[in-house]
Amino acid sequence: MHTTVLLILILPLALAAFNGLMGLFVPAYRKNEWLIGGLGTLAVAIPFVLTVKLFLGFHGEAEVVHFFTWMAAGDLQIEFAYRIDQLSLVMTLVVTGVGALIHLYSIGYMHGDSGYWRFFAYLNLFIFAMLNLVLAENLLVLFLGWEGVGLCSYLLIGFWYTDLKNSAAANKAFIVNRIGDFAFLLAMFVIFAVVTGKTDGAFGLDFTTLLAPETLGLFGAGTLLAVALLFFVGATGKSAQIPLFVWLPDAMAGPTPVSALIHAATMVTSGLYLLARLSPMVLMAPTAMTIIAIVGALTAIMAATIAITQNDIKRVLAYSTVSQLGYMFLAAGVGAYFVAIFHVMTHAFFKACLFLGSGSVIHGMHEVEHELEHKGFLGSHGKSEEEDPLMAVELPYEGKFDAQDMRTMGGLKRFMPLTRWTFLIATLAIAGIPPLAGFFSKDEILFKAFELGYNGHVWSYFVWIIGLVTAVLTAIYMTRAYLLTFEGTPRWPDAMDTKPHESPWTMTVPLVVLAALSVVGGFVGLPAVLGGSEIHHFLVHDGHGPVAEPHHEFHVPVAIEWGLLFLGLAIAAGGVLFAWFVIRWGSRGPEADTSVKRFFGPLYGTFSRKYSVDEIYQKWVVNPVVNSARKIFAPFDESAVDGAVNGVAKLVQGIALRLRGIQTGVVQHYALALVLGVVVVLALMLLG
Amino acid sequence: MNALASIPHIVSLVIFLPAIGALVALFVPSDSGVKWTALITTVATFLLSLGLYLGFDPAVSTAEAPQLMERMNWFPGVNVSYFVGVDGLNLLLAMLTTLLGPIIILSSWTYIGEKIRGYYSLMLLLQTGVLGVFLSFDLVLFYVFFEITLIPMYFIIGIWGGENRIYAAIKFVLYTLVGSLLMLVGVLWLGFAAGDAINGGVFTTDWYQLVSYGVPLGAQGWLFFLFLLAFAIKVPLFPFHTWLPDAHVQAPTGGSVVLAGVLLKMGTYGLIRFTIPFFPNAAQQFAPLLGVLAVVGIIYGALVAFAQEDAKKLIAYSSVSHLGFVVLGLFAMTTEAVQGAMIQMVNHGISTGALFLIIGMLYERRHTREMADYGGIAKSVPVLTFFMMLTVFASAGLPGLNGFVGEFLILIGSWKSSMFNGALVILATTGVILAAVYLLWMVYRTFFGEITHEENRTMKDLNFREVGLLIPLAILMVWLGLGPAPFLDKSEAAVQAILNTTEEKALAVEAAADQADAVVQVPLRWPDAVAASE
Repeated sequence: MHTTVLLILILPLALAAFNGLMGLFVPAYRKNEWLIGGLGTLAVAIPFVLTVKLFLGFHGEAEVVHFFTWMAAGDLQIEFAYRIDQLSLVMTLVVTGVGALIHLYSIGYMHGDSGYWRFFAYLNLFIFAMLNLVLAENLLVLFLGWEGVGLCSYLLIGFWYTDLKNSAAANKAFIVNRIGDFAFLLAMFVIFAVVTGKTDGAFGLDFTTLLAPETLGLFGAGTLLAVALLFFVGATGKSAQIPLFVWLPDAMAGPTPVSALIHAATMVTSGLYLLARLSPMVLMAPTAMTIIAIVGALTAIMAATIAITQNDIKRVLAYSTVSQLGYMFLAAGVGAYFVAIFHVMTHAFFKACLFLGSGSVIHGMHEVEHELEHKGFLGSHGKSEEEDPLMAVELPYEGKFDAQDMRTMGGLKRFMPLTRWTFLIATLAIAGIPPLAGFFSKDEILFKAFELGYNGHVWSYFVWIIGLVTAVLTAIYMTRAYLLTFEGTPRWPDAMDTKPHESPWTMTVPLVVLAALSVVGGFVGLPAVLGGSEIHHFLVHDGHGPVAEPHHEFHVPVAIEWGLLFLGLAIAAGGVLFAWFVIRWGSRGPEADTSVKRFFGPLYGTFSRKYSVDEIYQKWVVNPVVNSARKIFAPFDESAVDGAVNGVAKLVQGIALRLRGIQTGVVQHYALALVLGVVVVLALMLLG
Repeated sequence: MNALASIPHIVSLVIFLPAIGALVALFVPSDSGVKWTALITTVATFLLSLGLYLGFDPAVSTAEAPQLMERMNWFPGVNVSYFVGVDGLNLLLAMLTTLLGPIIILSSWTYIGEKIRGYYSLMLLLQTGVLGVFLSFDLVLFYVFFEITLIPMYFIIGIWGGENRIYAAIKFVLYTLVGSLLMLVGVLWLGFAAGDAINGGVFTTDWYQLVSYGVPLGAQGWLFFLFLLAFAIKVPLFPFHTWLPDAHVQAPTGGSVVLAGVLLKMGTYGLIRFTIPFFPNAAQQFAPLLGVLAVVGIIYGALVAFAQEDAKKLIAYSSVSHLGFVVLGLFAMTTEAVQGAMIQMVNHGISTGALFLIIGMLYERRHTREMADYGGIAKSVPVLTFFMMLTVFASAGLPGLNGFVGEFLILIGSWKSSMFNGALVILATTGVILAAVYLLWMVYRTFFGEITHEENRTMKDLNFREVGLLIPLAILMVWLGLGPAPFLDKSEAAVQAILNTTEEKALAVEAAADQADAVVQVPLRWPDAVAASE
């Protein structure tokens, strides 16, 4: 066990260091793409195999592996210790499994990039950090992973650093995440102060101690609420929820495999993982739970309404991710932590598949772009339209050719059949068409929200309804994305003679595997009426597992449960069919958006402006800080604080210059002063 | 290796070897001979100082005397002696000083082009001064070393500095001198008072006697401020910090590294060695005030750093912010926080030292410190960029690198502390957000984007020497980030002893306040069970 865990953790780190340092210091090494990519992929694939071994040998008892002491001071004693239990195993399987596929995919996708070595080093480092996050036995090692994945996210969003836009997006991601991390830190402070204040001996912020009923009993209701909310704020940063979701859409500036791995399948789910890990604690703060559910529901619907207006294929997927994460928080908030984790898993399959599919599409569209450039249809990079009249070739929108814009796509199913089929399957999965994976996990989330409402928490009906509406929207915007990309006729210039090709096998194999998982992945979580949920049994384990759940007095009658199941089916199918056959994005192309515009009226503008959240933050947060630093604090430091120092110096100098006047050098003056002095002293003596 | 520790007079050797090297350097015929003398001396000093590290056993009490101690009476008739040794408080700082020695010498190798003999001799002399400050256990001896460090630094800034060097050098000397002269008044008063009370009327500056002596309540207030001011200026604590940006901007790279790396630590070290345990009641009474100043420093320093155009100035203000954390930790007076402050002193020396080294390397290539003159250089200098990013994240407190350990311990210990209001600690914690803001903003402007100045396109990446002097610091950033436990262990017991004594003495002085001629004496109490990592 000890060695296995060590290997799982150390392999990605070692290969990150190896590829990174070799690439940095030995320029000749950078050319060995297959070696770099192969080693990088193995560094994740081997841990996956090892995790499968652990999983198969797991007998229901959590095990903790200690390595060495990280830091110890006073009552604080933090160990590098890792925890193997149901929850960490599920997460590790997803991280290493999906991770290995995406590494494989990157071998082809990143081919020819001058930063190939850097990419794999960062990606492996990310896996290492993510494994620390999900395997940690205490909050601080979890936090190491938490900030570590943030670092890798920063490095990979800004991967193509010669474009300042990418670096700005990277900065935004890191700083917004740091705001969440700030809350995470405060939560740890509170926990430490409470536990060491009320018990003797050292405390290591470890889950074994913290989540034991006697430790949880030390916390008052107010403190619990504060801690739960602080962790939730931390989670809103990493998992892109209101109010800290703004960084995720911009994060799409990174290479597409990064969007798939970090910004869809794994890192962004760490907030959910955190809440699930702490579920015994969070469950004791009902107010926090309500807030989590409502914020999740609002995020879900807000992001879905934005997604429907986007034309950049990756941005549609990004907002879709925010929306799906909202679903997961909704699940957590209604107490269904195991469903949240279930949705983390199924979402990892279909969203990674969608992102990698979009990457394959972009790969193809880049081919189109290069060919068009070669033929002289597009201005070569760096030239403006004025310099190059051929730029004025007709695009379906204003501006330059953009390989990610769905308005230039269309009809790709003829050129990229594998990409098309896998994308379609994943689209149907996320839309919630049975028996694909998304149907079961999403349906269970909605059912749990309904169940809580049924047990007297009326607000839960509210989030349930929002969830239903979001489900319709999801089916519509995802079908729209599929139709605009793959159906209809090609809309790029010179489409008759300029054709993209299917991507190489390293890219299509992961697509096929992920599509297959999107088909079967849901069967581990069947609803009760269809035989019951394996994953529920595994994670909750009759109250002995790591994931807690609330006790419900009333069971939803079987008839209603069936009814809800069919309602879910109807909504998903209705959405898909509506988009396909009523709005007809396939045959009408981007034209069809007008139907949506007409339906939403002025709201559509709000959606497409993304509710102006970025602008509001810019105006009310960023600008005040920047301006106060530049216009108040820096000048204040120079004139007031330093001015005072120099003022004192000037004052002393001034006095000295005056006093210097006394030293006239004329002996008579000194003699006079002497006499006067004697007189004064004598007078004082006589009078005194 | 323990043979090293058994070298007789090893502490004195470590302190004075650099001074001997300085003397030799004066007579070496060639410039390159001077450089090599300086390098060999500092390397030898570092190797010798490993003897201190290996010879120090944290489990052995230093409640009565330091380890590896050396003591010789200095002035007959009074208890002022040459008294040096090692304990948990000074070991790591001394090691930091000797480690930075060769790095500073190597960083000056091509940077300093004129008056080479003078520069290296002064640098070596400065090292003796700093080591003396850390390793002294006599207040007069400490004071002498404390002032000795001013002179070489004055010349280093004033001769080898930038365009405005004279102003910066004079400001540095006068400002710190004001503080330390006032402290001298305090030293004398304390020496007489303690002599009268507990040393049979004989003036004493023996640290062990002074730390056991309970200064009467009435005198503690003003003495505290005399001692505080000297160290607060040195740290520098807001609002006494404005000499620092000037000194840093004007100083040559080596001067900036030694300034940020170790000279500032003399201030924070003075607070925990003298100010807090000598005047416990005043320290407790004014801790909330100091906490506020520290937190103002954290936030204000970060905001002002963000507004800078000059890279060195930005880092100088980041020091104000980072050292705010250290002061906060010290006045929290909990073991966690003070331990965090101890390790943060070392961490700041390593990461800020590295930042100044890297900026210095850029300056050597382009002769400008303005960030606007760079832009997009990651493309032309990837190795330099790598070290910069590593250092930036260490400095921003990323877990896994060194800066985090100190900041986390300081903040968690401050939250627990009864000295501070929770809101204050929450404000301090925003420092972790702000640090990311100004540091990432710096690398964004300097390293990323298209190359904006043609001359940067052909900029040479780091050479062998430059990589060589950054590697030890890079290793330490990771080592102290992931495995700080053995280092923390060195100071744990000593910190607990200081905190215990501070608390006990405060109570005893309080209790004796009503009795007119009561003498309070509370010797250092070694913690019963050292909370080591076993």
